[in-house]
Amino acid sequence: MATDSTTAASEAGPMISLTVEFGGGMELLFHHQHSHNVQIPRFYDPPSIAPTSSSSPAPPTAPAPLQGKKSDIRYLIWWLREYLLDDKNRPELFSQGETIRPGILILINSTDWELEGELEYELEEGDECVFISTLHGG
Amino acid sequence: MAPCALCPADNPARAILRRPKTLQPVCKQCFFDVFETEIHNTIMGFGQAEGSSADGKGKRKELFRRGEKVAIGASGGKDSTVLAHIMTLLNDRYDYGLDLCLLSIDEGISGYRDASLDTVKRNAVQYDLPLKILSYHELYGGWTMDRVVGEIGKKGNCTYCGVFRRQALDRGAHLLTVDHVVTGHNADDVAETVLMNVLRGDIARLERCTAITTGGDLPPELDDPEDTKTLEGLLPRTIKRSKPFKYTYEKEIVMYAYFKKLDYHSTECIYSPTAYRGHARALVKDLESIRPSAIVDIIYSGEAMASSIKLLGRRAGGDPGPTNEKKGYTRAPRNSQQKCTRCNSLSSQPLCQACMLLESLNKGVAKVELGAEPSKEKLVGEANGSGAMEKLAV
Repeated sequence: MATDSTTAASEAGPMISLTVEFGGGMELLFHHQHSHNVQIPRFYDPPSIAPTSSSSPAPPTAPAPLQGKKSDIRYLIWWLREYLLDDKNRPELFSQGETIRPGILILINSTDWELEGELEYELEEGDECVFISTLHGG
Repeated sequence: MAPCALCPADNPARAILRRPKTLQPVCKQCFFDVFETEIHNTIMGFGQAEGSSADGKGKRKELFRRGEKVAIGASGGKDSTVLAHIMTLLNDRYDYGLDLCLLSIDEGISGYRDASLDTVKRNAVQYDLPLKILSYHELYGGWTMDRVVGEIGKKGNCTYCGVFRRQALDRGAHLLTVDHVVTGHNADDVAETVLMNVLRGDIARLERCTAITTGGDLPPELDDPEDTKTLEGLLPRTIKRSKPFKYTYEKEIVMYAYFKKLDYHSTECIYSPTAYRGHARALVKDLESIRPSAIVDIIYSGEAMASSIKLLGRRAGGDPGPTNEKKGYTRAPRNSQQKCTRCNSLSSQPLCQACMLLESLNKGVAKVELGAEPSKEKLVGEANGSGAMEKLAV
């Protein structure tokens, strides 16, 4: 939830930068690293991330689209799974279909994603997304 | 940008969490308040379904009594870290008068337990609680879990770990002279265990796993009243075990730890097989994502099933069920408890679980035994009401 001024200022680029944090054991799936600064496209084409899409995803360096659907949590989950997850053969440790694996909590700017529209939340420049697993041993 | 449902309606703060139990959006301060107060209410015995329905006539049973010495089973993981924090906080706030300490078990799994024990040591300093660490190595003649797995392989080793840990906590409790151990089992864990016991048809264990407190029974008649040399001989009761988080959602425990910035360690046990419990766990989480109240509803169903089997004529297989001359029924007789002939701990058989498993390990026949049809006794460690196998705080 960036303020209006930062939204306006960041309309320029095709990418937005986010802070993504992993906790509760999730960091083990992402380079054993708690905090990541990631750049993701501001827009995406929903059919391109559909599970039926047979073509392998474009490399992250491909030019980002200048229009389309604003990138949301649904896209971020797909993006993290395709580009940041260490073991591409075990995506089920992170996601289930288009959504997150049940038992993993998401906080968007320190607020429960269930209060922010879940998959529909549209990401803004500078957003902080925290993924915490409740599934690891206590 | 939802307003908090618990704040004064004219000026609510911004909600940061949707409570799974009630679906209410709540702000950070109201979340802390309601989280802590609900656990206090559980400890005070308010609104417990068990005991209030069938035979208890609504009487309230408090979890602790004043002056009790209570050990917190601590693994360094999220649940036991939050438990140590909450027990310290509530004991202070509501003046329970409890003498608290931390008890940790080192299973001897290299690369897994070392780091989490460091967390427990930091917790001991942070909350100013004495800490006792007991290792499988010292308790079981050098049989660390690394060695057990080396002997029997990765399959079925959780049975050993569970049985050993259960006894290790009892022995640790004796050493610390505590009469009560609390563990971090949460509502999700209990719901999993209820499902597992239902799926196995294990009604006896179903009753035990829904109880908020187990143990605390009088010991069997000592065959030798002069036998005061063993520590057990001196103890009037078995150690009580309680789950103050029985009704607390895992989601809220993790969120509480996150917002309070509590220092906990999370890692997967390297030997965790996630066999049967893994399926139950996935099912519970799937159900929660569809309808969050499913978790407390499963617990409620478990409690209701457990109390219904005390009623006459409800048992399958021609078992007439409990009887009583006066009221027409009694509870089923408890398994007669006796002392293990080897280690003196309470057991339902001449040789306790841990000694039985140790014997098979020492004879080198463990592999063969586990390959055979596992008897219910063999699975006691995995299925006992105390929950997740990968959790230390069983």
